[in-house]
Amino acid sequence: MKQNIGSKKELLGDYGLVLGIEIHLHVKTQMKMFCGCSNTDLFDAEPNTRVCPVCLGMPGALPVPNKEAVEKTQLLGLALSCEINKHSYFDRKHYFYPDLPKGFQISQYKEPLCKGGIVRLQSGNGILLERIHLEEDTAKSFHEGEETFLDFNKSGVPLIEMVTKPMIYSVGDALEFGREIQEIVRHLGVGDANMEKGQFRVEPNISLRSPLEEKEQKIPEYKVEVKNINSFKFMEKAILSEIKRQKEILDAGKIPIQENRGYDEAKGKTVPQRSKEEAHDYRYFPEPDIPPMKFTSSYIEDLKKELPKLPGEIKKRLISKYDLGQHEADVLYNEELIELFEETGNLIQDYKKVANLLVNRPEHRDKTPEELLSYIAKEKSRIDDSEALQPIIDTVIEENKRIADQVRDGKEEAIEFLIGQVMKKTRGKAAPKTVRELLSEKLTA
Amino acid sequence: MGLNELTIRQATEGLKKRDFTSRELVEECLNHIEKIDPQIKAFITVTTDYALEAANRADSLISSEGEKAFNKKPLLGIPYASKDNFCTKGIRTTAGSKILEDFVPPYESTVTKKLEEAGSVLVGKTNMDAFAHGSSTEESDFFTTKNPWDLQRVPGGSSGGSAAAVISDMCIFAIGSETGGSIRGPASWCGVTGLKPTYGRVSRYGLIAMASSTDSPGPITKNAEDAALVLSVLAGKDPLDATSSPNDVKDFTALSKESLNGLRIGKPKSYFDLDIQLDVRKKMEDFLEFLESQGAEIIDLDLMDPKYSIAVYTILQRSEVSSNLARFDGIRFGRDRDNFNFENKKRMMLGAYTLSSGYYEAYYARAQKVRTLIIRDFEEAFSKVDILVGPSMPCVAPELGESKDQPMFGEMMDVLTEPSTIAGLCGITVPVGLSGQGLPVGAQIISDRFDEKIILDIARYYQESTSFHQGRPSV
Repeated sequence: MKQNIGSKKELLGDYGLVLGIEIHLHVKTQMKMFCGCSNTDLFDAEPNTRVCPVCLGMPGALPVPNKEAVEKTQLLGLALSCEINKHSYFDRKHYFYPDLPKGFQISQYKEPLCKGGIVRLQSGNGILLERIHLEEDTAKSFHEGEETFLDFNKSGVPLIEMVTKPMIYSVGDALEFGREIQEIVRHLGVGDANMEKGQFRVEPNISLRSPLEEKEQKIPEYKVEVKNINSFKFMEKAILSEIKRQKEILDAGKIPIQENRGYDEAKGKTVPQRSKEEAHDYRYFPEPDIPPMKFTSSYIEDLKKELPKLPGEIKKRLISKYDLGQHEADVLYNEELIELFEETGNLIQDYKKVANLLVNRPEHRDKTPEELLSYIAKEKSRIDDSEALQPIIDTVIEENKRIADQVRDGKEEAIEFLIGQVMKKTRGKAAPKTVRELLSEKLTA
Repeated sequence: MGLNELTIRQATEGLKKRDFTSRELVEECLNHIEKIDPQIKAFITVTTDYALEAANRADSLISSEGEKAFNKKPLLGIPYASKDNFCTKGIRTTAGSKILEDFVPPYESTVTKKLEEAGSVLVGKTNMDAFAHGSSTEESDFFTTKNPWDLQRVPGGSSGGSAAAVISDMCIFAIGSETGGSIRGPASWCGVTGLKPTYGRVSRYGLIAMASSTDSPGPITKNAEDAALVLSVLAGKDPLDATSSPNDVKDFTALSKESLNGLRIGKPKSYFDLDIQLDVRKKMEDFLEFLESQGAEIIDLDLMDPKYSIAVYTILQRSEVSSNLARFDGIRFGRDRDNFNFENKKRMMLGAYTLSSGYYEAYYARAQKVRTLIIRDFEEAFSKVDILVGPSMPCVAPELGESKDQPMFGEMMDVLTEPSTIAGLCGITVPVGLSGQGLPVGAQIISDRFDEKIILDIARYYQESTSFHQGRPSV
């Protein structure tokens, strides 16, 4: 993921990249954020079948907050070293849009569930978080010709919003940050974080600054938020194309407009988005339908105990305990092979070998530790050593001069017969690959 | 005496003894509605068919289970009217607004659901100022309800239809909702008993919101005993309303006062210093004199000037209104936003202003701070006295049209109910006699949060010794 200096120069010229990232993610809960509607397998449900007066914003319907969603948000906060706010409450955020049935979104403004926090990247860079808060998702609108259709299944799904400080300075770090959060969210069971299903929406805020601004650690006076990104591949493309666009504007002596842009997959670039309302005044005020939330220290301590080890820590342990590389640790973690790896390793006391096998030979991943043990034992008894094989090969060539000559003359298939003879003499214990190498070395030299 | 004139207690006795059926009781109410409501105009919707079917069901339950049927269903077979801002499944619910003229909710409010489960029979939905924005029903988008004591006068509001329906015996009891004075006000002007429970005591689920932080559903009844009966049915934690209280629900119906010995009654000086009509003042003095004669001690108190409560209430209520009405965006519910009336628009604009960035701190945030001071002021008062007593309204029912050129009419009329409302306290209005013009005067008794028992007991004690609550207009 790291970019080399050459390409950075080519991409940015003398400008420095400044990125802040906003992530919205669906919390995996039994029920929606403020009502009893089911929040499982929503993606597959028929439109408007997971709705009730509350998530449709009917008059008189009232929101009741979902404890599971609150706890999962705090769990994520703890995993990212946030401060868990002991006094938190919901606010109403007002704007008019057809997908927002109440005319306001229940969100958090002044006192989010989690404050601060940090994500450490492999480079050692620490990305500071501003906050993590909980809110409700809106409905989904479809435009077909002149008509607009609304599906309220997604309305009221618990949504975590996370915001970083503008302190990401490379495309590589931005991508790593996004992937790291996705991995942690899945690991904690906070969400499925499927980007294509809209469960994990990464919105980079992108701006470029001059060498002087960079030197003075100044944040540029404008930023462009890019939305509608549904994979990390597109995230990379969107950031690159946005950098190019902004650079051209800055080169021409102008300042890019502060706006929201959407990534257009077909065009491979960002396009301006329809703005939601002319003037942005959300008229926040504390949600009067939901009492403020108070959390005690002992509640937070109990929650900490529920916190499982994080992916980064797990991999770090594999690397230091078993002397593995980062790649091996990544594969073992991502493919959920750690248990198999450790059990098999304990059986045969050769962790490196087990790791190699599981990482490089996916066909062995479905085996039990015992099966792997006998496979490896067989492998081990193989005669794979050229010194031991050399005399046997010499004998076979001696005994099959005619065939050996054919190989010398370029008839490659003939070598198979000789390999067969060596296997026969070693009762199948010779490593076929080594035998082939030794034979062809001898006969084609 | 017509069956429709009975109280809940009397009607229940009659049903238990099989003196009459629920069908007969309901029919008498419906007939009375048909006869006099064209003059009073208390109802937006009369649910005749629904009511007759429900009455039949009540009767068959009574005939199969006898008196036992009333153990689980304490209001079995009793006809009632609901203010039209409680959502009733399958029955049009307008909140008095043209915007919701055709709105038939697919869900039931907790209040009407509990009443249905208790066996009571809905006979209709009553008129109100649109979205409860008003104190006279003149802001209803359909028509103005007339005060049954004088058809040239307003019944009060916003629960004016419910109060008028009860005093003119078109139902046995009714449900209202109070945000600033919307139960105690019309109860006072119509001469009925109106209970505004503690905020959170009764679920708001399915009540079309005016100001979420003060909306309180409550009963409007012919006496305090009935109010206690209805509150016993309505009170309690509702899983659908996060602000409903898990506080213990006492038995509100058991009368525990044999005298008022030792009762400490606070008389807030600032409430009596206001511009109170002479007749109202006189009836209040009589009321206090009665309480004192029964052993209560009257203690003069200095409560914060109600003018601060009015300012705080106005800002908070308008802010919440502007937010709560945002859902009527012209996309749903079939009607466009130009169906909001002038009063609705005025409140929304003021509320949007007080919440907008740059003004929020100066208005909304500051109002919340003063609200805290008002709550403390009451807390201090209740450390010295058991209850507070004052007039419910500064005057008797005004004439129709009097509110026209008074943009702050509601606040002027609700000056005595808004302080306790923003503190979330409970209060009850009881009729304490007629003015020289023959119009009812109401007194209010206020107590601390979740202390409905004491005010219900005192109101009952008073009504057992007096007959003002039995006065009826001749319609």
